[in-house]
Amino acid sequence: MLMRSIEADNISAGHAIRVGNLSKRFGPVTAVDQISLDIANGEFFVIVGPSGCGKTTLLRILAGLEMPTEGSIDVVVPAGSTRPVSSVVFQGDSIFPWMTVWDNAAYGLRMRNAPGAQIKEVVGHYLDRTGLTKFAGHYPHQLSGGMRQRVSIVRAFANDPEILLMDEPFSALDAQNKLLLQEELLQIWEEHKKTVIYITHSVDEAVILGDRIMIMTAHPGRAKTILPVPLARPRSVMDLQKDPIFGDLVYQIWTSLREEVQHARKLDEARGCKA
Amino acid sequence: MQGMRGAPVRKPTLRIRLLGLVGRDRLISLASPLMLLLLWEALARTGIIDVRFFPAPTSIFATMVTLLKSGELWHHTMASLQRLALGSIIGGAPALFLGIIMGLSSPIRALVDPLIAATYPVPKSAILPLALLIFGLGEGSKIFMVAVGVFFPVAINATAGVLEINKIYLDVGRTFKASRWNTFRTIALPGALPFIMTGVRLGIGMGIVLIAIAEMIGAKSGLGYMIWSAWETFAVEQMYVGLFVIAIIGFIVTAILNEIEKILIPWRR
Ligand SMILES: Nc1ncnc2c1ncn2[C@@H]1O[C@H](COP(=O)(O)OP(=O)(O)OP(=O)(O)O)[C@@H](O)[C@H]1O
Ligand SMILES: [Mg+2]
Repeated sequence: MLMRSIEADNISAGHAIRVGNLSKRFGPVTAVDQISLDIANGEFFVIVGPSGCGKTTLLRILAGLEMPTEGSIDVVVPAGSTRPVSSVVFQGDSIFPWMTVWDNAAYGLRMRNAPGAQIKEVVGHYLDRTGLTKFAGHYPHQLSGGMRQRVSIVRAFANDPEILLMDEPFSALDAQNKLLLQEELLQIWEEHKKTVIYITHSVDEAVILGDRIMIMTAHPGRAKTILPVPLARPRSVMDLQKDPIFGDLVYQIWTSLREEVQHARKLDEARGCKA
Repeated sequence: MQGMRGAPVRKPTLRIRLLGLVGRDRLISLASPLMLLLLWEALARTGIIDVRFFPAPTSIFATMVTLLKSGELWHHTMASLQRLALGSIIGGAPALFLGIIMGLSSPIRALVDPLIAATYPVPKSAILPLALLIFGLGEGSKIFMVAVGVFFPVAINATAGVLEINKIYLDVGRTFKASRWNTFRTIALPGALPFIMTGVRLGIGMGIVLIAIAEMIGAKSGLGYMIWSAWETFAVEQMYVGLFVIAIIGFIVTAILNEIEKILIPWRR
């Protein structure tokens, strides 16, 4: 219900993604159930929800990696854009073990035959910003988990897409690096104002980064609520922690999420008994 | 006893002991074939074993020197190696392509898999007469035999290697709109390379077996021919020289492939 109203609010703004009654079933499992969404151009849209609620599935459908069982997706690309539609930062390790950091980061640009000079500049720029320049010639197995995660972020950014789809990109990072990269991400986003769909388990992170946050229910994966984040931009990760609005929102989301996580656990346990 | 003293002594002592162990093991593995040769020599000289079947190592070595000097051994070895190399490329390259494409495309896999499953168990040596029939007594039939031997392990392992690649990497390729050729080149081939190298190793091993057999029939050169003609003239020493050189080739090829693997797969942990 709540979703409908928010949807209506948003119709005026030019949307980048419109999802209508989207469902995805894997045999008996309904991973995504009747989700409708409008994501505005340049919006930072965050998805939180209990494990297994269908976040990754939704993202994969948006990336064109999975076909929905029902419903529609409508991705609008600005007229005359030569950029790729979307790039994905996958959950977990996804950089090629057989390529160096540099080759991994340059992958998207190379696949679309970008000129060498551009590759050099863009890849160099993002490696620099993520502190990976010194490791450009390293292979992934020579890096820490957090560094590999950063390479995968650089790979998506360097491709310069209209829409960034990010699936828990900072989950493998330590607290300090996470903070630094959140700030970095905010800065880069302020510069380019790309449409971002961002999945996270961290409520703090959702509030720090997002314009709106969608909380999902588990089994089946539905949109429970979509909350706007009324925090001014540009944001500073450190200052936000002191903002009372920040605390309130985090608390609100936590309460909502806790119900879902408990509900999901009960369902899992019930299933476990049957199995 | 001395190692039992204070702590400062213990560490170096331990290291020396470990080094000693490694050195000793190496010595043992060097000594064992040498011991066998010595024993063999002694048994041959004392006439305990029949020198018609097991000529003394020294006489085999003498024959080898003679064959080397006459250039005959070199000639036969090069003939075999050339067939081995040509056959490996002619059989291996298409096998590599077909195997990877089978791994990438399930319809093609469904199409070709039963054909491979049906033909693979046929003993490769049993198709030699057919090869002779089709390609005649010349080089063609020999190279064909090697190619057949190399083809199957490379194709089968390449397919398995691609299927073993984590699906996420293929998804990455799709999201970056990698073309078919780029998917092949940047994901399937490097991802399957560890398996492919195993296939190449098995395939060349099979190729060495088959080239020796193929050269025994209707060839005028090659190590297989050398061994066969030695049997016909009862030149047992020459037979052993041929066997010995084949063993050496196998050993060197394996060593070279190991080095190639290190260069091609630097990301291997
Ligand atoms: N390819 C698949 N085949 C069958 N079931 C699947 C498949 N992919 C996902 N599922 C199921 O769909 C549901 C949602 O999975 P999904 O990966 O989208 O969850 P998630 O919200 O991303 O979880 P997490 O937070 O743990 O990453 C799960 O129950 C999962 O078992
Ligand atoms: Mg997930």
